[in-house]
Amino acid sequence: MAEHPGPSPTRSAGSRVDVPTGTATVGHQWDGIEELDTPMPRWWLTIFYACVVFAIVYAIAYPAIPLATRATPGLLGWSSRGELAKELTAETARQAPMRRALAALPIAALAGNPALLDAATRGGRSAFKVHCVQCHGGGAAGSKGYPNLNDDDWLWGGDIATIATTLQHGIRYPGDDETRQSQMPAFGRDGILKAGQIADLVAHVRAISRQAPANGAATRGAALFAENCAVCHGPAGMGNRELGAPNLTDAIWLYGGDTASLTTTIHNARGGVMPAWAGRVDPVTIKMLAAYVHSLGGGEAAPVAAAPAAASAATASDHGRG
Amino acid sequence: MAEADPRPPEFFVARRSVFPKAIDGAFRRFKWLVMAVTLAIYYATPWLRWDRGPWAPTQAVLVDIEHRRFYMFQIEIWPHEFYYVTGLLVMAGVGLFLVTSAVGRAWCGYACPQTVWIDLFVHVERLIDGDRNAQLRLAAAPWGPAKLARRALKHGIWLVIAVLTGGAWIFYFADAPTLARQLFAGTAPFAAYATVGVLTFTTYALGGLMREQVCIYMCPWPRIQTAMLDEQSLIVTYKAWRGEPRSHGLKRAAGEAAAPTGDCIDCNACVAVCPTGIDIREGPQIGCITCGLCIDACDAVMTRVGRPDKLIGYTSVADTAIARAGGTPRPALKRVLRPRTLVYLGAWSAVGVAMLFTLGTRTRLDISVAADRNPEWVRLADGSIRNAYTVKLRNMEARPRDVEVAIAGVAGAALWRETGSRAAAGTRLRLHLAADQLDERRLFVAAPAAGEEHVPLEFSVRGLDAGGGTATATSRFERPEDER
Repeated sequence: MAEHPGPSPTRSAGSRVDVPTGTATVGHQWDGIEELDTPMPRWWLTIFYACVVFAIVYAIAYPAIPLATRATPGLLGWSSRGELAKELTAETARQAPMRRALAALPIAALAGNPALLDAATRGGRSAFKVHCVQCHGGGAAGSKGYPNLNDDDWLWGGDIATIATTLQHGIRYPGDDETRQSQMPAFGRDGILKAGQIADLVAHVRAISRQAPANGAATRGAALFAENCAVCHGPAGMGNRELGAPNLTDAIWLYGGDTASLTTTIHNARGGVMPAWAGRVDPVTIKMLAAYVHSLGGGEAAPVAAAPAAASAATASDHGRG
Repeated sequence: MAEADPRPPEFFVARRSVFPKAIDGAFRRFKWLVMAVTLAIYYATPWLRWDRGPWAPTQAVLVDIEHRRFYMFQIEIWPHEFYYVTGLLVMAGVGLFLVTSAVGRAWCGYACPQTVWIDLFVHVERLIDGDRNAQLRLAAAPWGPAKLARRALKHGIWLVIAVLTGGAWIFYFADAPTLARQLFAGTAPFAAYATVGVLTFTTYALGGLMREQVCIYMCPWPRIQTAMLDEQSLIVTYKAWRGEPRSHGLKRAAGEAAAPTGDCIDCNACVAVCPTGIDIREGPQIGCITCGLCIDACDAVMTRVGRPDKLIGYTSVADTAIARAGGTPRPALKRVLRPRTLVYLGAWSAVGVAMLFTLGTRTRLDISVAADRNPEWVRLADGSIRNAYTVKLRNMEARPRDVEVAIAGVAGAALWRETGSRAAAGTRLRLHLAADQLDERRLFVAAPAAGEEHVPLEFSVRGLDAGGGTATATSRFERPEDER
């Protein structure tokens, strides 16, 4: 076809017609192997030119030529970001009826509406991955200082309305007036108890949690416990959800139940913080998160004190559990 | 390079149009019968109804892609049972081997959809244009209103047949009466219209326009069948030892009485009726689909000239050799029943019997279990350990069922459902499953903390109604490492 520029031989140099195919050779020869100057098939050329035309049309119609800050926008104004926005709008529109229904329904009544509960739990699962996994972990199993949300032990209460309240206002969160508030004294650091007394208290706590046998130190600790700790943790150490005081007799320890951890806890006190989510995510998402956390396995039924679930719904969000 | 013809060689042979002549005879009547039966099956099957109760469709044969179910009369197949379809394909393959090794390309000659639809299109052509000679005249005639009208009518009817062919196909994939109404109301899914369009095009192009070129150039099956045939297979054969040397017409035969002549009078009837336009007297060839029409044509001529029939007939290569040597060919039945065909028959039957057996004994209740991986275990307030499992229960019966899920293998383990309470936990759980559905739910299992780190935990499900049936799945119960 085209004349080859440069030193390579052109057709005129040694070109001849190949007999079996009737096609001219280009004149190259490599060890007796010649190259046929076979013309492009018409169908191939047609498609090639069609592709050229398509490319030009495409470059005019769609974003194509990169410039300093962005590409040429194209006549159709299409962009992949715009496409995403369109899909998100469609998805938002699809979810709108569910979100409206969820916004109207009191959280405590959610259990009575399985379809909505299922939708809320699914929504909560994805919201959890965005907002909660940083502290509570992907499987909501927590870590030292960050509660495991799968278990059946709750500091502030495990029914769905109480979980929603905790989410809404946070725990010891300075920016929220209604936040869950309580503070354990730093018995050692503030000089309330001496090191020996703290050791006795640790022995007592390990005894009532059945981690160690009750010995003399534990007996001494029992008196100290009644004096210093029972106000919040209860005389038997069963905790108090009104105050977020943990149950010290069960198998679950937020900061560890071994002697060293307990000594540190009593010496320095603990006070984890969770932000209030009311200002960060919308109320529907809080309901979804509450539904998801409630579904993880430790969720409790609504307090039985309020007889009809619907009637109690309005006030349920303020309930704690004792 | 040797001195050669300066003209470039031909790489392309233009199609030689075939105008098969009408013929009547035993094979033609057999082909009519096969055509009637296969077309009737094809068009009528989707309209057959089958009562499966209120929970399943009433269509006898339905490939429900949307809900991933395949219904065939009493049999319902779920996606995970696709091996039954594989089994059917294996049977179809071995069945073709069997037929081909026994009686040659019988599939090509009688039952292949391409053959059946070509036959249909050729008959339409004859109805409008007349028989072979009239068609030849019409093809050679210059274009005029009469020819144009005939061509338009022929292609019009072909297109109608093509639309009906494509139209019938889609009814296998949806409820036929509903889809038919939607189709005419214009509310059917786009896929339905697209399928009808594509199949209309392929039917019209393959059956009307391309015809025998599909068999000779496009279809891989003739090449495969060639490997299936052996010298024992019955194939359509021109008995050259009887027919040669040909006499050119009866009178010539009489005139050449002194010279020895064969039975073939070179009347070309076998060529004229051939739907692929070959001359069978040139021997076995890839263009021969063994439709047997040349046998009918030759028999008619032989009867008329008073010579024995079956100058062209079904004979094996081995018998050809025997006959040439002057011996007596073995009976056809002995050729058909030989170790090779019996092995194929055995394999075919074995797959069929195995499928029937498993179909008869399969359980329509199944369970699979996936343990939660994050977290693997959760410690509960009382110190015991809880694992969570995603349990899938398949109720493959077309009715709702009550079942009982039970666990075994972990001492002191108790089972409860996500929405239930641990207070009511036990080793058994009663569940209600919807008809013909997969039921997926999370179940919790708690057990004392003391014990092995990994323990196999067996889940079983048992039908509580008269249908019964059980299935089991094994998962693991995980405990924290330090609790040994």
